[in-house]
Amino acid sequence: MPEAINAGDTAWVLMAAAMVLLMTPGVAFFYGGMTRAKSVLNMMMMSFLALGLVTVLWVAFGFSLAFGDGGNGFVGDLSFAGLTPLVDAFATNGGTYPIPALAFAMFQLMFAVITVALISGAVADRMKFLAWGIFAAVWATLVYFPVAHWVFDFGSAELGGSGAGWLANLGVLDFAGGTAVHINAGAAALALAIVLGRRIGFGKTPMKPHNLPLVVLGAALLFFGWFGFNAGSALGANGLAAVAFTNTMVATAAGVLGWLLVEKLRDGHATSLGAASGAVAALVAITPACAFVAPWGAIAIGVLAGVICAFAVTLKYRLRIDDSLDVVGVHLVGGVIGCLALGFFATTSVNELGKDGLFYGGGIGLLGTQAIGAFAVLAYSFVITIALAYVLKRVVGLRVSKDDEVSGIDLAAHAETGYELGESGGGGVFAGIGSSSVRRAQEED
Amino acid sequence: MKLITAIVKPFKLEDVKAALEGRGISGLTVSEASGYGRQKGHTEVYRGAEYTVDLVPKVRIEVLVDDAAADGVIEAIVAAAQTGKIGDGKVWMVPVDAVVRVRTGERGIDAI
Repeated sequence: MPEAINAGDTAWVLMAAAMVLLMTPGVAFFYGGMTRAKSVLNMMMMSFLALGLVTVLWVAFGFSLAFGDGGNGFVGDLSFAGLTPLVDAFATNGGTYPIPALAFAMFQLMFAVITVALISGAVADRMKFLAWGIFAAVWATLVYFPVAHWVFDFGSAELGGSGAGWLANLGVLDFAGGTAVHINAGAAALALAIVLGRRIGFGKTPMKPHNLPLVVLGAALLFFGWFGFNAGSALGANGLAAVAFTNTMVATAAGVLGWLLVEKLRDGHATSLGAASGAVAALVAITPACAFVAPWGAIAIGVLAGVICAFAVTLKYRLRIDDSLDVVGVHLVGGVIGCLALGFFATTSVNELGKDGLFYGGGIGLLGTQAIGAFAVLAYSFVITIALAYVLKRVVGLRVSKDDEVSGIDLAAHAETGYELGESGGGGVFAGIGSSSVRRAQEED
Repeated sequence: MKLITAIVKPFKLEDVKAALEGRGISGLTVSEASGYGRQKGHTEVYRGAEYTVDLVPKVRIEVLVDDAAADGVIEAIVAAAQTGKIGDGKVWMVPVDAVVRVRTGERGIDAI
């Protein structure tokens, strides 16, 4: 047991939690810029609704289901419901850390929020806002909280202690959430996109990103926040955090280069959307591996993610599945790459709590373990999401009307438009001279 | 009086303006336009998905001139806007019945 809170560690974990929080608005910008102008607000609102719902659920029982003191390999218990039992306690997770338990609970909360927000990219332009809200709350409860327990809960006070997750016990390496966050969200996105169906005009009418600077801004916020996500997962201001930080940076740099190279050779131009996507794909892939590989391994993982994901995002047109903003091509594929790459690139020379992969004489065992981890999360998330989506489709309906989808979900669902470009929707010069008048405004002097 | 309308490549706007000023033309109207002619549109690729965009960006220049100056102005615009490549644009002229300067009420040639 530590005798006192360590100020440096606590400061870093609190800061890291705030950085991971920033990733959810980052996703909102990243996705929002990629939709058409008529649905940018709905896209961003899905992230903010997830933030609201998941946070309340996390305090009520989510943290406890994921990291509760008891429970079994599949799910925690309700020992920490309401979070009050955590006040004045040290964080425990396969050991006791000299940081407040609440700091750990808030850090982990941000992961739960962004995992749900990530799924929204698959349902752009067409999902009922109420249905999304119910989906987000139920999915977090049935899928994220248990899966976070499987992967991240190393047992109450000692490694493998009571209530450790079954994948953690199995020895699946996932430092910051390649399985629990990215494979999980990607598989759910695939399932939800299948049940929801394609947008009107998918594959025929152009559905171009309406604001690429927003996409780049979102990618920049994600990139910055991801240092909290990965390096913060060390739960201390220490050497391991620095390893994770380094690998996060170099993998992302390599991912940008990989994606742009594919575009230049295949399409003729290196694009801004490609640079942003390559960065995110590499960030996803390095997430499980960031504290278990050497920097050259991180570069290899980044390039692999950039190149493979650049091809993966085109598959949806052949499969005729409208995963609108490529949650599958980037997060599911990137997550699987990172998870499996550990089977090759993991080395105990950077982290003695890790394992050696194939390239370090560790044999094929780790690769097998990683494959089990990736497949288990993928299959569980996919199956539960399919079932949940079908129930929601029957009970409340998943899609907005055709009329609302074509005219724009922003106006239909939120009674707002993203951009005031003149009342005719054409240009800026006539704004304010049109035919609408002010209702319920302040009285004129 | 004539109305001359020219659709040209955006990067040629400065050259055309200079040529018109050189011929003593004192006013013109410029607007952004999009359209296509023989060159058709262009392609854009987003995450590997290729979109054919029919319309290409152009600049529309409108200028009112006296009948006597009209042919010379058209020649000046064409000379300034020409690159010899497909997509250079078009210039056309139509007769104008009346022109009024809003500030003074002047009519006809005086209003140009």
